[in-house]
Amino acid sequence: MITIAGAGLAGLCSALELTRRGAKVQVFEAAGSIGQSSTARFAGGMLAPWCERASAEEKVITLGKAAADWWAKLTPVTRGGTLVVALPRDGAELSRFARRTSGFCRVDRAEIDDLEPALSGRFQKGLFFENEAHLNPRRALQDLARAVQIQGGEIFRSTPAPAKVDLDCTGIAAGLPDLRPVRGEMAILECPDVQFGRVLRLLHPRIPLYLVPRGDGIFMIGATMVESSSSRPATVRSLSEMLSAAFSLHPAFAEASVIETGAGLRPAFANNLPRLTRQGGTLYLNGLYRHGFLLAPAMAAKAAEQLLSEVRDADHRELKTH
Amino acid sequence: MQLYGKKTTSSLMLGTAQYPSPAVLVDAIRASQAEIITVSLRRETADGSGAGFWNMLTGLGLHILPNTAGCHSVQEAVTTAQMARELFGTNWIKLEVIGHADNLQPDVFALVDAAKILAADGFDVFPYTTDDLVVGEKLIEAGCKVLMPWGAPIGSGQGLRNPDALRAMRAHFPDVPLIVDAGIGKPSDAARAMELGMDGVLLNTAVAQAGDPAGMAKAMSLAIEAGRSGFTADPMQPRDIAVPSTPVLGMAELM
Repeated sequence: MITIAGAGLAGLCSALELTRRGAKVQVFEAAGSIGQSSTARFAGGMLAPWCERASAEEKVITLGKAAADWWAKLTPVTRGGTLVVALPRDGAELSRFARRTSGFCRVDRAEIDDLEPALSGRFQKGLFFENEAHLNPRRALQDLARAVQIQGGEIFRSTPAPAKVDLDCTGIAAGLPDLRPVRGEMAILECPDVQFGRVLRLLHPRIPLYLVPRGDGIFMIGATMVESSSSRPATVRSLSEMLSAAFSLHPAFAEASVIETGAGLRPAFANNLPRLTRQGGTLYLNGLYRHGFLLAPAMAAKAAEQLLSEVRDADHRELKTH
Repeated sequence: MQLYGKKTTSSLMLGTAQYPSPAVLVDAIRASQAEIITVSLRRETADGSGAGFWNMLTGLGLHILPNTAGCHSVQEAVTTAQMARELFGTNWIKLEVIGHADNLQPDVFALVDAAKILAADGFDVFPYTTDDLVVGEKLIEAGCKVLMPWGAPIGSGQGLRNPDALRAMRAHFPDVPLIVDAGIGKPSDAARAMELGMDGVLLNTAVAQAGDPAGMAKAMSLAIEAGRSGFTADPMQPRDIAVPSTPVLGMAELM
Protein backbone atom coordinates (compact mmCIF):
# COMPACT_ATOMS: atom_id res chain seq x y z
CA MET A 1 0.00 0.00 0.00
CA ILE A 2 1.31 3.45 -0.96
CA THR A 3 -0.03 6.41 0.99
CA ILE A 4 -0.28 9.91 -0.47
CA ALA A 5 -0.97 13.18 1.34
CA GLY A 6 -2.97 15.67 -0.73
CA ALA A 7 -5.60 15.06 -3.41
CA GLY A 8 -4.63 18.00 -5.57
CA LEU A 9 -3.13 17.77 -9.00
CA ALA A 10 0.19 16.25 -7.95
CA GLY A 11 -1.40 13.76 -5.53
CA LEU A 12 -4.11 12.53 -7.87
CA CYS A 13 -1.86 12.30 -10.93
CA SER A 14 0.64 10.30 -8.88
CA ALA A 15 -2.14 8.07 -7.53
CA LEU A 16 -3.29 7.34 -11.07
CA GLU A 17 0.23 6.59 -12.31
CA LEU A 18 0.75 4.26 -9.33
CA THR A 19 -2.54 2.39 -9.78
CA ARG A 20 -1.81 2.03 -13.50
CA ARG A 21 1.38 0.26 -12.48
CA GLY A 22 -0.63 -2.10 -10.29
CA ALA A 23 0.04 -0.47 -6.93
CA LYS A 24 -2.58 -0.09 -4.20
CA VAL A 25 -2.98 3.54 -3.25
CA GLN A 26 -4.61 5.59 -0.50
CA VAL A 27 -4.90 9.36 -0.92
CA PHE A 28 -5.66 11.57 2.10
CA GLU A 29 -7.27 14.95 1.54
CA ALA A 30 -7.90 17.34 4.42
CA ALA A 31 -10.55 19.29 2.50
CA GLY A 32 -14.12 18.07 2.18
CA SER A 33 -14.20 17.93 -1.60
CA ILE A 34 -11.78 17.45 -4.45
CA GLY A 35 -10.20 20.69 -5.61
CA GLN A 36 -11.64 22.72 -2.76
CA SER A 37 -8.25 23.67 -1.35
CA SER A 38 -6.16 22.97 -4.44
CA THR A 39 -4.26 25.72 -6.21
CA ALA A 40 -5.22 23.97 -9.45
CA ARG A 41 -8.72 25.27 -8.91
CA PHE A 42 -7.49 28.71 -10.05
CA ALA A 43 -5.37 27.45 -12.93
CA GLY A 44 -5.85 28.36 -16.56
CA GLY A 45 -5.66 24.72 -17.58
CA MET A 46 -3.42 25.55 -20.51
CA LEU A 47 -1.35 22.75 -21.99
CA ALA A 48 1.01 25.20 -23.64
CA PRO A 49 4.63 24.05 -23.33
CA TRP A 50 5.87 26.00 -26.35
CA CYS A 51 4.43 29.31 -25.14
CA GLU A 52 5.61 28.72 -21.59
CA ARG A 53 9.14 28.27 -22.91
CA ALA A 54 9.21 32.07 -23.35
CA SER A 55 9.98 32.38 -19.64
CA ALA A 56 10.88 28.85 -18.55
CA GLU A 57 13.59 26.30 -19.19
CA GLU A 58 13.51 23.73 -22.00
CA LYS A 59 12.19 21.16 -19.52
CA VAL A 60 8.67 22.59 -19.79
CA ILE A 61 8.65 21.26 -23.35
CA THR A 62 10.37 17.93 -22.77
CA LEU A 63 8.21 17.17 -19.72
CA GLY A 64 5.05 18.86 -20.94
CA LYS A 65 4.59 18.01 -24.59
CA ALA A 66 2.81 14.72 -23.90
CA ALA A 67 0.44 16.27 -21.34
CA ALA A 68 -2.43 16.92 -23.77
CA ASP A 69 -2.53 13.23 -24.78
CA TRP A 70 -2.32 12.16 -21.14
CA TRP A 71 -5.27 14.31 -20.13
CA ALA A 72 -7.34 13.49 -23.19
CA LYS A 73 -7.76 9.94 -21.87
CA LEU A 74 -9.53 11.29 -18.77
CA THR A 75 -11.23 14.56 -19.51
CA PRO A 76 -12.23 16.73 -22.48
CA VAL A 77 -9.20 18.49 -23.98
CA THR A 78 -9.65 21.26 -26.53
CA ARG A 79 -6.89 21.09 -29.10
CA GLY A 80 -7.37 24.51 -30.59
CA GLY A 81 -3.83 25.78 -30.18
CA THR A 82 -2.81 29.15 -28.76
CA LEU A 83 -3.06 32.45 -30.59
CA VAL A 84 -0.60 35.09 -29.37
CA VAL A 85 -1.26 38.70 -30.31
CA ALA A 86 -0.12 42.17 -29.27
CA LEU A 87 -1.45 45.66 -29.77
CA PRO A 88 0.32 47.59 -32.57
CA ARG A 89 2.54 49.59 -30.22
CA ASP A 90 3.72 46.39 -28.50
CA GLY A 91 5.09 44.82 -31.67
CA ALA A 92 8.48 44.48 -29.97
CA GLU A 93 6.91 42.15 -27.39
CA LEU A 94 5.69 39.88 -30.18
CA SER A 95 9.16 39.76 -31.77
CA ARG A 96 10.71 38.99 -28.42
CA PHE A 97 8.19 36.24 -27.69
CA ALA A 98 8.87 34.72 -31.12
CA ARG A 99 12.64 34.73 -30.49
CA ARG A 100 12.21 32.84 -27.22
CA THR A 101 9.78 30.19 -28.46
CA SER A 102 9.33 27.58 -31.18
CA GLY A 103 6.52 25.47 -32.59
CA PHE A 104 4.50 28.39 -33.97
CA CYS A 105 3.69 29.89 -37.34
CA ARG A 106 3.38 33.60 -37.95
CA VAL A 107 -0.11 34.71 -38.86
CA ASP A 108 -1.26 37.93 -40.49
CA ARG A 109 -4.51 39.79 -40.15
CA ALA A 110 -6.44 37.58 -42.57
CA GLU A 111 -5.22 34.40 -40.90
CA ILE A 112 -6.02 35.75 -37.44
CA ASP A 113 -9.52 36.64 -38.60
CA ASP A 114 -9.84 33.18 -40.05
CA LEU A 115 -8.82 31.51 -36.78
CA GLU A 116 -10.87 33.78 -34.56
CA PRO A 117 -13.57 35.63 -36.48
CA ALA A 118 -14.46 37.54 -33.32
CA LEU A 119 -11.09 39.32 -33.53
CA SER A 120 -11.84 40.47 -37.08
CA GLY A 121 -9.58 43.37 -38.06
CA ARG A 122 -8.27 43.96 -34.54
CA PHE A 123 -4.75 42.54 -34.85
CA GLN A 124 -2.27 42.72 -37.74
CA LYS A 125 0.27 40.16 -36.59
CA GLY A 126 0.28 37.15 -34.35
CA LEU A 127 1.86 33.80 -33.55
CA PHE A 128 -0.14 30.59 -33.75
CA PHE A 129 0.97 27.62 -31.64
CA GLU A 130 -1.02 24.94 -33.36
CA ASN A 131 -0.14 21.99 -31.12
CA GLU A 132 -1.20 23.50 -27.82
CA ALA A 133 -4.39 22.66 -25.98
CA HIS A 134 -6.41 23.48 -22.90
CA LEU A 135 -8.81 21.86 -20.49
CA ASN A 136 -11.20 22.87 -17.74
CA PRO A 137 -9.22 22.55 -14.48
CA ARG A 138 -12.12 21.90 -12.13
CA ARG A 139 -13.73 19.35 -14.39
CA ALA A 140 -10.33 17.73 -14.96
CA LEU A 141 -9.71 17.38 -11.21
CA GLN A 142 -13.07 15.62 -10.78
CA ASP A 143 -12.44 13.36 -13.76
CA LEU A 144 -8.97 12.60 -12.48
CA ALA A 145 -10.29 11.62 -9.03
CA ARG A 146 -12.86 9.36 -10.68
CA ALA A 147 -10.18 7.71 -12.81
CA VAL A 148 -8.12 6.99 -9.68
CA GLN A 149 -11.13 5.37 -8.03
CA ILE A 150 -11.99 3.32 -11.13
CA GLN A 151 -8.43 1.98 -10.99
CA GLY A 152 -9.06 0.91 -7.41
CA GLY A 153 -7.35 3.81 -5.64
CA GLU A 154 -8.93 5.01 -2.41
CA ILE A 155 -9.45 8.72 -1.77
CA PHE A 156 -10.34 9.80 1.78
CA ARG A 157 -11.89 13.28 1.94
CA SER A 158 -11.95 15.37 5.13
CA THR A 159 -9.22 13.08 6.40
CA PRO A 160 -5.86 14.41 7.53
CA ALA A 161 -2.97 12.30 6.29
CA PRO A 162 -1.23 9.98 8.77
CA ALA A 163 1.98 11.32 10.31
CA LYS A 164 4.11 9.44 7.83
CA VAL A 165 3.15 8.97 4.18
CA ASP A 166 5.07 7.56 1.23
CA LEU A 167 4.36 10.54 -1.03
CA ASP A 168 3.65 14.10 0.06
CA CYS A 169 1.84 16.29 -2.47
CA THR A 170 0.56 19.04 -0.22
CA GLY A 171 2.02 22.02 -2.09
CA ILE A 172 2.94 25.03 0.02
CA ALA A 173 1.71 23.24 3.15
CA ALA A 174 4.58 20.77 2.80
CA GLY A 175 6.86 23.53 4.14
CA LEU A 176 9.89 22.31 2.22
CA PRO A 177 13.06 24.38 2.41
CA ASP A 178 13.56 26.49 -0.76
CA LEU A 179 9.88 26.20 -1.60
CA ARG A 180 8.19 29.58 -1.91
CA PRO A 181 4.68 30.73 -2.77
CA VAL A 182 4.00 32.80 -5.89
CA ARG A 183 0.63 34.39 -5.64
CA GLY A 184 -1.62 34.36 -8.70
CA GLU A 185 -4.90 36.17 -9.23
CA MET A 186 -7.54 35.37 -11.82
CA ALA A 187 -11.10 36.15 -12.79
CA ILE A 188 -13.89 34.32 -14.56
CA LEU A 189 -16.02 36.33 -16.94
CA GLU A 190 -19.32 35.58 -18.59
CA CYS A 191 -19.54 37.17 -21.99
CA PRO A 192 -22.05 35.57 -24.35
CA ASP A 193 -21.32 38.21 -27.01
CA VAL A 194 -17.95 36.78 -28.13
CA GLN A 195 -16.77 33.34 -29.05
CA PHE A 196 -13.19 32.15 -29.13
CA GLY A 197 -12.09 28.66 -30.05
CA ARG A 198 -8.68 28.66 -28.45
CA VAL A 199 -6.51 30.20 -25.77
CA LEU A 200 -5.57 33.80 -26.54
CA ARG A 201 -2.51 35.49 -25.15
CA LEU A 202 -2.21 39.25 -25.28
CA LEU A 203 1.39 40.33 -24.86
CA HIS A 204 2.04 43.57 -23.05
CA PRO A 205 5.19 44.92 -21.41
CA ARG A 206 3.43 45.31 -18.07
CA ILE A 207 0.24 43.28 -18.11
CA PRO A 208 0.48 40.14 -20.25
CA LEU A 209 -2.86 38.36 -20.23
CA TYR A 210 -4.18 34.98 -21.18
CA LEU A 211 -7.80 34.22 -21.84
CA VAL A 212 -9.05 30.65 -21.76
CA PRO A 213 -12.48 29.89 -23.23
CA ARG A 214 -14.43 27.50 -21.03
CA GLY A 215 -17.39 27.23 -23.37
CA ASP A 216 -20.94 28.59 -22.96
CA GLY A 217 -19.69 32.18 -22.98
CA ILE A 218 -17.44 31.62 -19.95
CA PHE A 219 -13.83 32.83 -19.99
CA MET A 220 -11.05 32.59 -17.48
CA ILE A 221 -8.50 35.41 -17.47
CA GLY A 222 -5.20 35.45 -15.64
CA ALA A 223 -2.91 35.69 -14.06
CA THR A 224 -0.72 37.84 -11.87
CA MET A 225 2.61 36.66 -10.44
CA VAL A 226 3.44 38.17 -7.09
CA GLU A 227 6.20 36.99 -4.76
CA SER A 228 3.83 36.75 -1.82
CA SER A 229 2.39 34.25 0.61
CA SER A 230 -0.82 36.23 1.02
CA SER A 231 -3.96 34.36 0.03
CA ARG A 232 -6.29 37.30 0.49
CA PRO A 233 -8.79 37.90 -2.32
CA ALA A 234 -7.64 39.46 -5.60
CA THR A 235 -6.69 43.14 -5.36
CA VAL A 236 -8.34 46.01 -7.21
CA ARG A 237 -5.07 46.87 -8.95
CA SER A 238 -4.56 43.35 -10.28
CA LEU A 239 -8.16 42.99 -11.36
CA SER A 240 -8.34 46.39 -13.01
CA GLU A 241 -5.19 45.64 -15.00
CA MET A 242 -6.38 42.21 -16.11
CA LEU A 243 -9.87 43.44 -16.92
CA SER A 244 -8.60 46.37 -18.96
CA ALA A 245 -6.28 44.01 -20.83
CA ALA A 246 -9.29 41.80 -21.60
CA PHE A 247 -11.16 44.86 -22.78
CA SER A 248 -8.29 45.81 -25.09
CA LEU A 249 -8.38 42.28 -26.51
CA HIS A 250 -12.04 42.71 -27.35
CA PRO A 251 -14.37 45.58 -26.42
CA ALA A 252 -17.26 43.16 -25.83
CA PHE A 253 -15.64 42.34 -22.48
CA ALA A 254 -16.77 45.74 -21.25
CA GLU A 255 -20.23 44.23 -20.92
CA ALA A 256 -19.07 40.90 -19.49
CA SER A 257 -20.13 39.86 -16.00
CA VAL A 258 -17.35 39.11 -13.53
CA ILE A 259 -18.73 35.91 -12.06
CA GLU A 260 -15.73 34.94 -9.96
CA THR A 261 -12.38 36.26 -8.84
CA GLY A 262 -9.78 34.19 -7.10
CA ALA A 263 -6.27 34.10 -5.72
CA GLY A 264 -4.06 31.07 -5.20
CA LEU A 265 -0.52 30.33 -4.12
CA ARG A 266 1.65 28.44 -6.56
CA PRO A 267 4.38 26.41 -4.87
CA ALA A 268 7.72 27.06 -6.59
CA PHE A 269 11.38 26.17 -6.20
CA ALA A 270 14.15 28.60 -7.14
CA ASN A 271 14.27 27.48 -10.78
CA ASN A 272 10.46 27.47 -11.04
CA LEU A 273 10.52 23.80 -12.06
CA PRO A 274 8.95 20.89 -10.16
CA ARG A 275 11.13 18.54 -8.17
CA LEU A 276 11.03 15.16 -6.46
CA THR A 277 12.82 15.30 -3.13
CA ARG A 278 13.22 12.81 -0.35
CA GLN A 279 13.09 13.68 3.33
CA GLY A 280 13.26 10.80 5.74
CA GLY A 281 10.94 8.07 4.53
CA THR A 282 8.77 10.42 2.48
CA LEU A 283 9.05 11.38 -1.17
CA TYR A 284 7.82 14.90 -2.00
CA LEU A 285 6.44 15.96 -5.35
CA ASN A 286 6.20 19.72 -5.32
CA GLY A 287 6.98 23.00 -7.05
CA LEU A 288 4.61 22.70 -10.00
CA TYR A 289 4.46 26.52 -10.03
CA ARG A 290 2.33 27.75 -12.94
CA HIS A 291 2.68 24.48 -14.83
CA GLY A 292 0.45 22.14 -12.84
CA PHE A 293 -1.65 20.57 -15.58
CA LEU A 294 1.28 20.71 -17.98
CA LEU A 295 3.92 19.02 -15.85
CA ALA A 296 2.03 16.97 -13.25
CA PRO A 297 1.56 13.91 -15.53
CA ALA A 298 5.28 13.54 -16.33
CA MET A 299 6.32 14.27 -12.74
CA ALA A 300 3.71 11.83 -11.41
CA ALA A 301 5.12 9.11 -13.66
CA LYS A 302 8.60 9.81 -12.27
CA ALA A 303 7.27 9.72 -8.70
CA ALA A 304 5.49 6.41 -9.35
CA GLU A 305 8.62 4.86 -10.89
CA GLN A 306 10.75 5.99 -7.98
CA LEU A 307 8.34 4.77 -5.31
CA LEU A 308 7.82 1.39 -6.96
CA SER A 309 11.50 0.82 -7.58
CA GLU A 310 12.14 1.56 -3.90
CA VAL A 311 9.43 -0.96 -2.96
CA ARG A 312 11.02 -3.54 -5.28
CA ASP A 313 14.45 -2.88 -3.77
CA ALA A 314 13.03 -3.27 -0.25
CA ASP A 315 11.28 -6.54 -1.20
CA HIS A 316 14.50 -7.76 -2.72
CA ARG A 317 16.45 -6.99 0.45
CA GLU A 318 13.81 -8.74 2.51
CA LEU A 319 13.99 -11.87 0.35
CA LYS A 320 17.74 -11.95 0.74
CA THR A 321 17.68 -11.71 4.51
CA HIS A 322 15.16 -14.54 4.86
CA MET B 1 32.23 54.74 -5.45
CA GLN B 2 31.19 55.86 -1.99
CA LEU B 3 27.49 55.92 -1.12
CA TYR B 4 26.47 57.15 2.32
CA GLY B 5 29.75 55.97 3.75
CA LYS B 6 29.74 52.59 2.02
CA LYS B 7 32.54 51.94 -0.43
CA THR B 8 31.88 49.65 -3.37
CA THR B 9 34.19 48.48 -6.10
CA SER B 10 31.41 47.69 -8.59
CA SER B 11 29.63 50.59 -10.26
CA LEU B 12 26.70 48.40 -11.24
CA MET B 13 23.56 48.14 -9.16
CA LEU B 14 21.12 45.45 -10.20
CA GLY B 15 17.36 45.29 -9.82
CA THR B 16 15.77 41.96 -8.89
CA ALA B 17 12.37 42.03 -10.62
CA GLN B 18 11.07 40.31 -13.76
CA TYR B 19 13.56 37.45 -13.99
CA PRO B 20 12.31 34.13 -15.38
CA SER B 21 13.07 32.51 -12.02
CA PRO B 22 14.90 33.27 -8.79
CA ALA B 23 17.60 30.80 -9.85
CA VAL B 24 18.22 32.81 -13.02
CA LEU B 25 18.25 35.99 -10.93
CA VAL B 26 20.93 34.63 -8.62
CA ASP B 27 23.07 33.59 -11.61
CA ALA B 28 22.70 37.08 -13.08
CA ILE B 29 23.65 38.78 -9.81
CA ARG B 30 26.78 36.64 -9.57
CA ALA B 31 27.72 37.32 -13.19
CA SER B 32 27.21 41.06 -12.72
CA GLN B 33 29.48 41.18 -9.66
CA ALA B 34 27.11 43.82 -8.31
CA GLU B 35 27.49 44.49 -4.60
CA ILE B 36 24.23 46.37 -4.29
CA ILE B 37 20.87 44.97 -5.37
CA THR B 38 17.53 46.72 -5.28
CA VAL B 39 14.42 45.05 -3.95
CA SER B 40 10.95 46.29 -4.64
CA LEU B 41 8.72 46.47 -1.63
CA ARG B 42 5.15 46.47 -2.83
CA ARG B 43 2.39 47.45 -0.50
CA GLU B 44 0.77 44.08 -1.15
CA THR B 45 3.76 42.25 0.28
CA ALA B 46 4.76 44.73 2.97
CA ASP B 47 3.07 42.59 5.63
CA GLY B 48 5.98 40.17 5.28
CA SER B 49 4.19 37.86 2.86
CA GLY B 50 7.04 38.27 0.37
CA ALA B 51 9.49 36.74 2.83
CA GLY B 52 10.18 33.64 0.74
CA PHE B 53 11.70 35.69 -2.04
CA TRP B 54 13.39 38.26 0.20
CA ASN B 55 15.06 35.66 2.39
CA MET B 56 16.68 34.25 -0.69
CA LEU B 57 18.02 37.70 -1.62
CA THR B 58 19.22 38.62 1.84
CA GLY B 59 20.94 35.22 2.00
CA LEU B 60 23.27 36.33 -0.81
CA GLY B 61 25.13 38.61 1.60
CA LEU B 62 24.90 41.68 -0.65
CA HIS B 63 23.91 45.20 0.25
CA ILE B 64 20.16 45.58 -0.19
CA LEU B 65 18.71 48.83 -1.48
CA PRO B 66 14.94 48.62 -0.96
CA ASN B 67 12.87 50.75 -3.30
CA THR B 68 9.46 52.34 -3.27
CA ALA B 69 8.63 51.28 -6.84
CA GLY B 70 5.04 51.85 -7.82
CA CYS B 71 4.32 54.52 -5.18
CA HIS B 72 2.30 57.45 -6.50
CA SER B 73 2.14 59.77 -3.49
CA VAL B 74 4.35 61.18 -0.74
CA GLN B 75 2.47 59.31 1.95
CA GLU B 76 2.61 56.01 0.11
CA ALA B 77 6.35 56.36 -0.51
CA VAL B 78 7.10 57.36 3.08
CA THR B 79 5.06 54.49 4.51
CA THR B 80 6.70 52.00 2.16
CA ALA B 81 10.16 53.31 3.09
CA GLN B 82 9.40 52.88 6.79
CA MET B 83 8.22 49.32 6.22
CA ALA B 84 11.34 48.60 4.19
CA ARG B 85 13.58 49.86 6.98
CA GLU B 86 11.98 47.43 9.40
CA LEU B 87 11.93 44.48 7.02
CA PHE B 88 15.46 44.80 5.68
CA GLY B 89 17.16 46.52 8.61
CA THR B 90 18.70 49.28 6.49
CA ASN B 91 18.40 53.06 6.34
CA TRP B 92 18.95 52.97 2.61
CA ILE B 93 15.95 53.67 0.44
CA LYS B 94 15.66 54.17 -3.28
CA LEU B 95 12.91 56.72 -3.46
CA GLU B 96 10.54 56.52 -6.41
CA VAL B 97 7.41 58.61 -6.57
CA ILE B 98 5.73 57.98 -9.87
CA GLY B 99 3.86 60.89 -11.42
CA HIS B 100 2.42 59.27 -14.49
CA ALA B 101 1.13 55.74 -14.81
CA ASP B 102 1.99 55.30 -18.47
CA ASN B 103 5.49 56.76 -18.80
CA LEU B 104 6.42 56.23 -15.11
CA GLN B 105 8.00 59.68 -15.02
CA PRO B 106 8.92 60.73 -11.48
CA ASP B 107 6.71 63.31 -9.78
CA VAL B 108 9.61 65.56 -8.82
CA PHE B 109 7.54 67.77 -6.52
CA ALA B 110 6.33 64.84 -4.43
CA LEU B 111 9.82 63.37 -4.67
CA VAL B 112 11.41 66.41 -3.00
CA ASP B 113 8.71 66.43 -0.30
CA ALA B 114 9.15 62.73 0.42
CA ALA B 115 12.96 63.07 0.41
CA LYS B 116 12.74 65.84 3.04
CA ILE B 117 10.57 63.73 5.32
CA LEU B 118 12.72 60.62 4.93
CA ALA B 119 16.09 62.37 5.30
CA ALA B 120 14.82 64.05 8.48
CA ASP B 121 13.77 60.59 9.68
CA GLY B 122 17.33 59.29 9.32
CA PHE B 123 17.04 57.60 5.93
CA ASP B 124 19.84 57.55 3.36
CA VAL B 125 17.80 58.55 0.34
CA PHE B 126 18.62 57.54 -3.25
CA PRO B 127 16.11 59.59 -5.25
CA TYR B 128 15.03 58.45 -8.72
CA THR B 129 14.78 61.79 -10.49
CA THR B 130 14.90 63.46 -13.89
CA ASP B 131 18.03 65.17 -15.23
CA ASP B 132 16.74 68.59 -14.14
CA LEU B 133 19.45 70.56 -12.31
CA VAL B 134 17.11 72.59 -10.12
CA VAL B 135 15.30 69.48 -8.95
CA GLY B 136 18.72 67.99 -8.23
CA GLU B 137 19.59 71.02 -6.07
CA LYS B 138 16.31 70.77 -4.17
CA LEU B 139 16.98 67.09 -3.50
CA ILE B 140 20.44 67.89 -2.15
CA GLU B 141 18.90 70.61 0.04
CA ALA B 142 16.36 68.04 1.22
CA GLY B 143 19.25 65.92 2.49
CA CYS B 144 20.05 63.54 -0.37
CA LYS B 145 23.73 62.77 -0.83
CA VAL B 146 23.23 60.78 -4.03
CA LEU B 147 21.23 61.56 -7.18
CA MET B 148 19.80 59.01 -9.57
CA PRO B 149 18.84 60.70 -12.81
CA TRP B 150 16.98 58.76 -15.45
CA GLY B 151 18.50 57.79 -18.78
CA ALA B 152 15.09 57.14 -20.32
CA PRO B 153 11.68 56.04 -18.97
CA ILE B 154 11.74 52.95 -16.70
CA GLY B 155 11.84 49.67 -18.57
CA SER B 156 11.94 51.39 -21.99
CA GLY B 157 15.48 50.31 -22.90
CA GLN B 158 15.90 53.49 -24.95
CA GLY B 159 19.36 54.23 -23.60
CA LEU B 160 20.40 57.79 -22.75
CA ARG B 161 17.79 60.07 -24.28
CA ASN B 162 19.54 63.25 -23.22
CA PRO B 163 23.26 62.73 -22.70
CA ASP B 164 23.89 66.48 -22.77
CA ALA B 165 21.71 66.94 -19.70
CA LEU B 166 23.61 64.19 -17.88
CA ARG B 167 26.91 65.84 -18.84
CA ALA B 168 25.59 69.15 -17.48
CA MET B 169 24.54 67.38 -14.31
CA ARG B 170 28.04 65.96 -13.88
CA ALA B 171 29.50 69.45 -14.21
CA HIS B 172 26.91 70.98 -11.88
CA PHE B 173 27.28 68.38 -9.13
CA PRO B 174 30.99 67.47 -9.28
CA ASP B 175 31.04 65.97 -5.79
CA VAL B 176 27.67 64.21 -5.66
CA PRO B 177 27.56 60.54 -6.67
CA LEU B 178 25.41 60.31 -9.79
CA ILE B 179 23.86 56.99 -10.75
CA VAL B 180 21.94 56.62 -13.97
CA ASP B 181 18.76 54.81 -13.06
CA ALA B 182 16.30 53.55 -15.66
CA GLY B 183 16.31 53.37 -19.42
CA ILE B 184 19.50 51.37 -20.03
CA GLY B 185 18.89 48.81 -22.78
CA LYS B 186 22.26 47.70 -24.08
CA PRO B 187 25.80 47.49 -22.73
CA SER B 188 26.80 50.44 -24.93
CA ASP B 189 24.21 52.59 -23.10
CA ALA B 190 25.80 51.70 -19.78
CA ALA B 191 29.31 52.35 -21.13
CA ARG B 192 28.21 55.72 -22.44
CA ALA B 193 26.76 56.74 -19.08
CA MET B 194 30.08 55.92 -17.45
CA GLU B 195 32.01 57.80 -20.15
CA LEU B 196 29.95 60.86 -19.25
CA GLY B 197 31.44 60.61 -15.77
CA MET B 198 28.51 59.01 -13.97
CA ASP B 199 29.51 57.13 -10.84
CA GLY B 200 27.29 54.16 -11.45
CA VAL B 201 24.42 52.59 -13.32
CA LEU B 202 21.32 50.93 -11.93
CA LEU B 203 19.49 48.61 -14.26
CA ASN B 204 17.01 45.78 -14.15
CA THR B 205 14.88 45.06 -17.22
CA ALA B 206 17.84 45.05 -19.64
CA VAL B 207 19.28 42.06 -17.78
CA ALA B 208 16.09 40.39 -16.51
CA GLN B 209 14.40 40.30 -19.90
CA ALA B 210 17.45 39.37 -21.94
CA GLY B 211 17.44 35.91 -23.49
CA ASP B 212 20.46 35.05 -21.33
CA PRO B 213 20.25 37.22 -18.21
CA ALA B 214 23.57 36.05 -16.75
CA GLY B 215 25.32 36.69 -20.08
CA MET B 216 23.85 40.18 -20.27
CA ALA B 217 24.73 40.88 -16.63
CA LYS B 218 28.35 40.08 -17.42
CA ALA B 219 28.25 42.24 -20.56
CA MET B 220 26.86 45.17 -18.56
CA SER B 221 29.52 44.75 -15.91
CA LEU B 222 32.29 44.79 -18.53
CA ALA B 223 30.74 47.78 -20.32
CA ILE B 224 30.51 49.74 -17.09
CA GLU B 225 34.11 48.97 -16.24
CA ALA B 226 35.21 49.95 -19.76
CA GLY B 227 33.20 53.18 -19.66
CA ARG B 228 34.58 54.12 -16.26
CA SER B 229 38.18 53.39 -17.28
CA GLY B 230 37.63 55.40 -20.46
CA PHE B 231 36.39 58.37 -18.45
CA THR B 232 39.21 58.33 -15.90
CA ALA B 233 41.81 57.91 -18.66
CA ASP B 234 40.83 61.39 -19.92
CA PRO B 235 39.71 60.66 -23.49
CA MET B 236 40.75 62.77 -26.44
CA GLN B 237 38.34 65.36 -27.73
CA PRO B 238 36.81 65.05 -31.22
CA ARG B 239 38.36 67.30 -33.87
CA ASP B 240 37.16 68.60 -37.18
CA ILE B 241 40.38 67.90 -39.08
CA ALA B 242 42.18 64.68 -39.69
CA VAL B 243 45.49 64.28 -37.92
CA PRO B 244 47.72 61.45 -39.11
CA SER B 245 48.60 59.01 -36.42
CA THR B 246 52.05 58.44 -37.90
CA PRO B 247 54.55 61.33 -37.90
CA VAL B 248 54.66 63.37 -41.10
CA LEU B 249 58.11 64.80 -40.42
CA GLY B 250 61.12 62.82 -41.42
CA MET B 251 59.42 60.96 -44.24
CA ALA B 252 61.59 58.94 -46.55
CA GLU B 253 62.77 61.11 -49.40
CA LEU B 254 62.77 59.92 -52.94
CA MET B 255 66.20 60.12 -54.52
